[in-house]
Amino acid sequence: MSLKRNVLDLRKRKEIVLQGGGEEAIKKQAAMGKLTARERIEAILDKDSFHEYDMFVEHQSKDFDMDKKVLHGDGVIIGTGTIYGEPVCIYAQDFTVAGGSLGLMHARKITKIMDHALKMRVPLIGINDSGGARIQEGVDSLAGYGEIFFRNTQASGVIPQLSVILGPCAGGAVYSPALTDFVFVVDNISKMFITGPEVVKTVLGEVVTMEELGGAKVHSEISGNAHFFAHSEYECFEQIKKLLTFIPWSNEAKAKPFPSKPPRPEYKIEKIIPSDPTQPYDVRDVIRAVADDSDFLEVQQEFAKNIVVGFGRIDGETIGFVANQPSVLAGVLDCDSSDKAGRFIRFCDAFNIPIVTFEDMPGYLPGVEQEHMGVIRHGAKVLYAYSEATVPKITVILRKAYGGGYIAMNSRHLKADFMFAWPTAEIAVMGPEGAANIIFKKEIMAAENPNEMRKIKVAEYREKFANPYVAASKGYIDSVIEPEETRKILKHSIEVSSNKSVLTPAKKHGIPPF
Amino acid sequence: MSTPKYDSLEIDGLKYKTQLTEKFINRKRWEAPNPGAVITYIPGSIIDLYVKEGQEVKAGDLLCLLEAMKMHNKIQAPISGTVTKIYVNKGDKLPKDALMFEIK
Repeated sequence: MSLKRNVLDLRKRKEIVLQGGGEEAIKKQAAMGKLTARERIEAILDKDSFHEYDMFVEHQSKDFDMDKKVLHGDGVIIGTGTIYGEPVCIYAQDFTVAGGSLGLMHARKITKIMDHALKMRVPLIGINDSGGARIQEGVDSLAGYGEIFFRNTQASGVIPQLSVILGPCAGGAVYSPALTDFVFVVDNISKMFITGPEVVKTVLGEVVTMEELGGAKVHSEISGNAHFFAHSEYECFEQIKKLLTFIPWSNEAKAKPFPSKPPRPEYKIEKIIPSDPTQPYDVRDVIRAVADDSDFLEVQQEFAKNIVVGFGRIDGETIGFVANQPSVLAGVLDCDSSDKAGRFIRFCDAFNIPIVTFEDMPGYLPGVEQEHMGVIRHGAKVLYAYSEATVPKITVILRKAYGGGYIAMNSRHLKADFMFAWPTAEIAVMGPEGAANIIFKKEIMAAENPNEMRKIKVAEYREKFANPYVAASKGYIDSVIEPEETRKILKHSIEVSSNKSVLTPAKKHGIPPF
Repeated sequence: MSTPKYDSLEIDGLKYKTQLTEKFINRKRWEAPNPGAVITYIPGSIIDLYVKEGQEVKAGDLLCLLEAMKMHNKIQAPISGTVTKIYVNKGDKLPKDALMFEIK
């Protein structure tokens, strides 16, 4: 053959593979409102930046007449490309090829690109759209999943790993996303569960739809398995790209700095917070009032809304914000909000992102349900994550900082680098009512009018202790600041922390309260 | 933006004006357990019954076999007493937390 004929032959071979599962299957995919694996990759990456590998990989399976079947690319596409000019590794399962089912070679392709991402220290984006294990390949498909999970774990905390669920992701397959840092879901398209509605029905007699069992809303609002919820695939791709602007490419790098921008004028920090500690407000407005261009990318927006976590920038540098949300459940810490905050703090710490904490919370959520769900061990995750973190850690107490909450929310005692408080801060073991009832119990009981006496004593306690000055007098608070100064002071604190270096005792790894 | 609907939540004597989450509103209210109530701890089906209503049982006596997750689980009497009421029949499919027997 001449070279030209060789090239033509190559092109023909490629063309066949590019057809994926064929016209019919692609039509079906579109009828489900889904893009194809290739369309997805192209939509996420910079134009024409995608390079595919392992295009000609085929399965080696012989049982159940599999030797007579050709599965192009074995149902998965892997490759490298760029996003805003920066390199990434990506794989996308192709549902049009045997339902994106995972067999040995399919898994080998995925692990190849994972190994590459880890070695090259670039983020990994995995697009999941698969019916699950390829049953014909038996234990080989199970082996494939295991190899993927192992690599997810090895890469954890070294490179960012993003999982995008754009179709079914069922059975063992769910554990790869669960081991990664951020999970993206799309309404009506994403479906994640360990056992599907059919099995749930036959074994347990519970009748439930796929959407109710493991749809995008369920994982964004109830289970907390997902971090970003979108209404369409394209919106989801924008979220992925936006997230990548905030995070570094590996644990050895810093996030790319952006030009500094002032917050937008409509966010007036001194107008957000009511001084009465029982009145609600949206703490995200405080974050927007200090962040560059008031740009805040919230993570797990719909899950455990009593705490707010996400990324913004101050003076061009990426910041991880953690803030109690008084407008939901008064901003208490509970099992879910502790899990959410703990995980986010650990991500920031692993990837060199300074953490700014805004505190306004009355404590942990009381109740039998919470205690029995293990609010002790869940709540401990927040303490662990903050204590363990060695990135710059700055706290601003906006209003209430009561009891265990005061300690947990990045207090001086967990080695915050800077502790600031607004003059509205109330730092105390508990709220004035509760405290006065205990401390002045005798006086209140003995008084002619106990209710009057209680009011007097509550006021007395509030006057004396519900302020930032007691803590400031002990050096637990570095500075009581005016709300308007907040951004300036945060900017300064981050600047002077840029060479932060702390020694932690040598250990293999800690044992966080999982 | 619409203004959210606020409820109140009391913590340490202070009533906070705040929103409640669906998950919080739908949480399971705790009830003191009844030691004589035998409840399924796993969904499954009854494949054999060994007691009748009115029968005396000792703690640990076999009450029924509950097949769940391909296992035959022996359900034993938690306390000694009389089986006052049986709520299940052979072949019944039961969800989790279903009441099977009452012993007094």
